[in-house]
Amino acid sequence: MSVPTTTPTTRPPRPVVDKAQYGLAGFLVLAGGYVLLDAAGLHDGFADQPVQPYTLPYVVGAGLVLFGILLAVATARGDRPEAEEGEDIDLTQGTDVRTVGLLALVLIANIALIDLLGWAITGALLFAGAAIVLGSRNWIRDIAVGVALSVGSWYFFYVVLGVPIPAGILDGVL
Amino acid sequence: MDLILDGFATALTPENLLFAALGVLLGTAVGVLPGIGPAMTLALLLPVTYSVGADSAIIMFAGIYYGGMYGGSTTSILLNTPGESSSVITAIEGNKMAKAGRAAQALATAAIGSFVAGSIATVLLWIVTPWVADIVVTLGSPSYFALMVLALFAVTAVLGSSKLRGFIALFLGLAVGLVGTSTGQARLTFGQPLLADGIDIVVVAVALFAIGEALWVAAHLRRKPLEIIPVGQPWMSKDDWRRSWKPWLRGTAFGFPFGALPAGGAELPTFLSYATEKRLTRHPEEFGKGAIEGVAGPEAANNASAAGTLVPLLALGLPTTATAAIMLVALQGYGFQTGPTLMDDHPDLVWGLLASLFVANALLLVLNLPMAPLWAKLLRIPRPYLYAGILFFASLGAYSVNFQAFDLALLLVIGTLGFFMRRFGIPVLPLIIGVILGPKLEEQLTTALQISEGDVSTLWSEPVAVVVYVVIALVLVAMTAAGLRRPAESTPTPADDKEMIER
Repeated sequence: MSVPTTTPTTRPPRPVVDKAQYGLAGFLVLAGGYVLLDAAGLHDGFADQPVQPYTLPYVVGAGLVLFGILLAVATARGDRPEAEEGEDIDLTQGTDVRTVGLLALVLIANIALIDLLGWAITGALLFAGAAIVLGSRNWIRDIAVGVALSVGSWYFFYVVLGVPIPAGILDGVL
Repeated sequence: MDLILDGFATALTPENLLFAALGVLLGTAVGVLPGIGPAMTLALLLPVTYSVGADSAIIMFAGIYYGGMYGGSTTSILLNTPGESSSVITAIEGNKMAKAGRAAQALATAAIGSFVAGSIATVLLWIVTPWVADIVVTLGSPSYFALMVLALFAVTAVLGSSKLRGFIALFLGLAVGLVGTSTGQARLTFGQPLLADGIDIVVVAVALFAIGEALWVAAHLRRKPLEIIPVGQPWMSKDDWRRSWKPWLRGTAFGFPFGALPAGGAELPTFLSYATEKRLTRHPEEFGKGAIEGVAGPEAANNASAAGTLVPLLALGLPTTATAAIMLVALQGYGFQTGPTLMDDHPDLVWGLLASLFVANALLLVLNLPMAPLWAKLLRIPRPYLYAGILFFASLGAYSVNFQAFDLALLLVIGTLGFFMRRFGIPVLPLIIGVILGPKLEEQLTTALQISEGDVSTLWSEPVAVVVYVVIALVLVAMTAAGLRRPAESTPTPADDKEMIER
């Protein structure tokens, strides 16, 4: 039995508003506000400073606030961004939040661990982790390539450039 | 004349030739990778050049520069996906040629055209740069300040489709440029002593180009493999040569002057060159389907314009393209004070660079024509490895500056900004230029007002400054006029789009 499904009444198409752009506008206003706040905390410069240390910050902060507001207005009037295209980019699908989030986690792990473990280890994890997140399915090869790159770059810096990258936990081993 | 010979003497030592060749190979290898334009190639490879002496670093850098440019056009032709707006035209006709089975000729005319344009433009640089530099040293801070304002304004408002987004990027860049204690007080350092010296421009550039791009690609990774056109040995028939040489020369004539203006940009000359070739050709039916003139002219214009941007860069310290911005960073990294006095303080450096450009350009042709099929293979590198590799080398580059995890955190934060800029269509170039020129702008303003003892009218006391402000005002008026006229014309367009969808 076929109950006529109530199709959503087709309303006249309003200008499509990219709501996320309000987020950017808000960010700009906040950032500008912070620049202004920071500038307000600065003292007068030395006698030989005709340009006060807070002059340029006031201009920049005010500009950011202004452009944030203008962007919000433009967004409400239907202004939409042209997202950047590229060789490997397919804009027909939505944002793959999971992949971006995981990739960011890999980068954060590198930041958190690099002082402890050293570049030779975290660099390998960074490469292998990023490759796996981006869809590589050959874990062993990913890790092997990562280790080769990170240890190789460590020795390249140490031997060829004469720059010792801090070795972290492997100090004395490398 | 002696100076340029000295420059060649430096550039042509066997050791430096080796570095130039290495630079060309590295630059092409990285530049040909999809998603990596010339500016990103330079940013990624910059740390490598820091390891060798200044002479060798500069010639290696020149090699990377030309290699990166050539690699970018190879990608455009074989993948139809320009890495930068200046190679859009190359992609249009070049990819059509490639699809019609003439990839080899398209690559050849691009490579030889780039060589011809690059060589002529480099010779023009030898003549023009010292002449401009002589004029520039007579200018005072007010004129210099005005020229910087012009460069910022041009990069922000004249290029790119959305002026508002250009200004957003510029002011974000200026805000980043404020960070630090250059005025004696901590500005925007969040109480973090590691920010006292400001944010390293290498970190900003690598974060915006490499991390931002990798995150952005991760969000929209194309799951199906791209169609890559196989390519044989590049060659051209007698007919191709006959049809190419005039567009090469005309493209150079368009490109160099536009590049040399402190307003910069390679889009305009490439478009002009394309339009001219289309009008002058005896084969109008081929345009849009793969006309060799449509590759030869714009590609020459692109290269000549890139060389032209070195005039404001070397004579004034003003970068007007992303590539030039990274180059400025490199020169500062090698320990040279850029700006109007660079030519006087370090003639050996400038002439070494100018000679290196010539040598690198010649090496590029010799090395890359035979290796084109190999480069084309690089396009097939698996995407997970490509972007994992970009993240790896970007992190290594940022970490190797100070060996601090803090720089990596900064890299991620600014990379995230780069991601959202791509999402919201905000151009990267004004931000980079803002970071570089913001502090210099403040410095020049301070110098000017110190000399005048606080009298603001000094800013328009020099004829050059007045002329520059008039130019800016005229452009503003023209833009406003165009902006007022446009709504009436563009209103029907959305309606047209709707009709298309409804059908």
